[in-house]
Amino acid sequence: MTVFTQGLRYLKEGVTPHMWCPGCGNGIVLSALLRAFEELAYSNEETVVVTGIGCWGKADDYVVTNGFHGTHGRALAFATGMKAFNPRLNVVVLMGDGDAVTIGGNHFIHAARRNIDVTAIVVNNFNFGMTGGQVSATTPLGMATSTTPYTNPERDFDICALADVAGANYVARATPWHGFELEANIREALRKKGFSVVEVMSPCPTHYGKYNRMGTPVEMLRKIREMVLPHEEYARLGPAQKKSYFPTGKLVDRDEPDFNTRYDEVRSRAMKD
Amino acid sequence: MEPSEQKGGGPKERFEVVLAGSGGQGLIVSAMLLCESAIREGRNVVQTQSYGIAARGGLSIAELIIDTEEIIFQQVQKPDIILALTGQAMERFAAFAEKGARVFFDTTGMTDRPGLNFLGFPFTKLAGDLNRTNAATLIALGAMVACTGMVRMDSLISAVRETFPEAAPANIEALGLGEGLVASRLREGAG
Amino acid sequence: MRLVQGNEAIARGALYAGARFYAGYPITPSSEVAEECSVVLPRMGGMYIQMEDEIASIAAVVGASLAGAKAFTATSGPGFSLMQENLGFAVMAEVPCVVVDVQRSGPSTGLATKPSQADVMQVRWGRHGDQAIIALCPASVRECFELTVQAFNFSETYRTPVVLVADEVVAHMRESLRVPEEGELAIIDRKKPSVPPSEYKPFEADEDGVAPLAAYGSPRVFHVSSSMHGPEGFSNNDPANAARKIDRIHRKLDMHRDEIVMTRSFDADDADVLVVAYGITVRASRAAAREARSKGVNAGVLQLQTLWPFADNEIRRAAAGARRVIVPEMNYAGQVAGEVQRVLGPERDIRGVNSYNGQILWPRDILETIMA
Repeated sequence: MTVFTQGLRYLKEGVTPHMWCPGCGNGIVLSALLRAFEELAYSNEETVVVTGIGCWGKADDYVVTNGFHGTHGRALAFATGMKAFNPRLNVVVLMGDGDAVTIGGNHFIHAARRNIDVTAIVVNNFNFGMTGGQVSATTPLGMATSTTPYTNPERDFDICALADVAGANYVARATPWHGFELEANIREALRKKGFSVVEVMSPCPTHYGKYNRMGTPVEMLRKIREMVLPHEEYARLGPAQKKSYFPTGKLVDRDEPDFNTRYDEVRSRAMKD
Repeated sequence: MEPSEQKGGGPKERFEVVLAGSGGQGLIVSAMLLCESAIREGRNVVQTQSYGIAARGGLSIAELIIDTEEIIFQQVQKPDIILALTGQAMERFAAFAEKGARVFFDTTGMTDRPGLNFLGFPFTKLAGDLNRTNAATLIALGAMVACTGMVRMDSLISAVRETFPEAAPANIEALGLGEGLVASRLREGAG
Repeated sequence: MRLVQGNEAIARGALYAGARFYAGYPITPSSEVAEECSVVLPRMGGMYIQMEDEIASIAAVVGASLAGAKAFTATSGPGFSLMQENLGFAVMAEVPCVVVDVQRSGPSTGLATKPSQADVMQVRWGRHGDQAIIALCPASVRECFELTVQAFNFSETYRTPVVLVADEVVAHMRESLRVPEEGELAIIDRKKPSVPPSEYKPFEADEDGVAPLAAYGSPRVFHVSSSMHGPEGFSNNDPANAARKIDRIHRKLDMHRDEIVMTRSFDADDADVLVVAYGITVRASRAAAREARSKGVNAGVLQLQTLWPFADNEIRRAAAGARRVIVPEMNYAGQVAGEVQRVLGPERDIRGVNSYNGQILWPRDILETIMA
């Protein structure tokens, strides 16, 4: 049973039960993250968990590492300053789909382009859960939310594809259904130098599930599982079939030099000047 | 042409200078060179400019004030020395000649003007003869300094050396050309 | 002595004060600050980073400051507007940092290359919520240097963001400047915690109202939050706690206001006509006052080097014997004139001289109102 105590030492005492709704995926993602911390032997002193605003943005309250809870959408920009100034820090950025690609979309693509060595764990629950289930940039076309009562007229962002084309070194997708794969992806992302992203497609039974009649939390989680396919299987599908699924697992794995490495080169050129 | 003097006699202590032309003629750099020269002589300086699209074509103006005392207001109010390198610049500043300002201008593109305070020289033509059209402003600087004594020529040469270490010989040659223009005009005047 | 531009002096002042991190987004008329930093910072082992916008710029500055850097950014009105939310973060989370706002003519993109002094109230009140802030305002290249050093010192001493409010003219002007030797001006670093790591609370203030600040990566692990928080830095919705926090971020400046409020007097003591001026307009004011004296009117100038907190006491003292007070400024509403009226009372003769077309005020504009 060691597996279930792994990571516990990073959980702040006296904070459970957590504030997330029954059936929310956040608890599973947090436990996967803390287990990964333990496997990588992260120290509290050299680790900063950075969050923005939203349900997942509350996660910093539950950890014993350094924490930073900032304004909506700007978590990556704050994190960039920390990592750029002190490259020894492990900077982990926890964002929802709102923080990452709706209000904060610009910072997301630029963090990837800059290849800043931070890890973004994006919990995508397809809507703004914290504030009552409003539409987000990842709400699929035709789905209902509290602000798209006649269904969403806009298309959704594919977070992983965005991170890929913008230049992230590591991109993976997982779901809370696949807890161990999720942890493995997070661990790889944390290890990877350069910008790394793990998108977790996660249920929000309280709002998104309710508006779209997705049933009980377990039924909703099952529906999310049915939306995804391991990327090896996904790759074998024809173009028409691909539209019905999201690939999971490690989607991008590159070793482009990260921002701090490149900036060290700038420094040595400047010092010779 | 006499070295400038204050009403009370003795060397003039304050100069208000306007360099006007079009963007890209090196007016701001020239103003900076004059400032650097004055700093070498232990004097105070303030340099301002018209800023904006004028810095890239159109009427461009660099201003400076040199004073042995603290310079309180930063803008030129009563110019003593004006350089007009274009017709547009001349139009804007010609009226100050009547109030005692010496207006140096480029006869390459402008017709000569009557009046003791209008000092026309073929700056651009001479720069063309050197095969360095961008030296016109430096030639003008040499002439203005030789004529007005607003800074010493050796201070200006030292400032040029420090600002353009590699191009210093050519630039100092341009200053000398300007200085020569004034010397020969003085000889003509004496003769 | 060197010929130095105002913006360059700001950058040099920041480096002299110990700044080693700059994050910004270029904007006229502040870009020379960024350019200078991009040249010098990497040579010193520091960092210059151009962010995707001003929102990210101030965020990166805050992040770097919490990682232990003296960090700053420079912008102009449009960018300063974008920075407001995260500048509010720095007030709330008590993060030392410096923001340079080189004012240009607005509203909106306005006259992008022309000067203005219309950000005075935005600097003070531009963010939502109750907040206090320090703002300094230079009138010369030398003050660009010295007040930037002072901005960092205040920021580090009081664990608060400080805004250096310059304007297009002072920022682009060149004057002779003697850069002080190392050690010549005092440099202050933020108070570091001395308690054992297990006892460290990032928002537990000492008697001076200021809490010591650790750095991410140091032995003291800590948490900061944009949300209302208790001494430990974690969310706290208790009304009594919220009141204490808001009281303290005001009180820590109020109790030190005499050190923070800096003014200069130019014949202000015996003035019948007092000119209260700030920024580049100080110079036209001084020239006007001097000319007025030559015409027999005892005029003097009180320069506000500190815009916020406002110089209530200093203005009251200087204006005690004046029959008239004049406030020349490059904005329509008389942003500082209104404050002066508040300080001196509605019965006093206070006159504004205002320019809001992108043109500076000249001595004659001010002289006219002195002599009227």
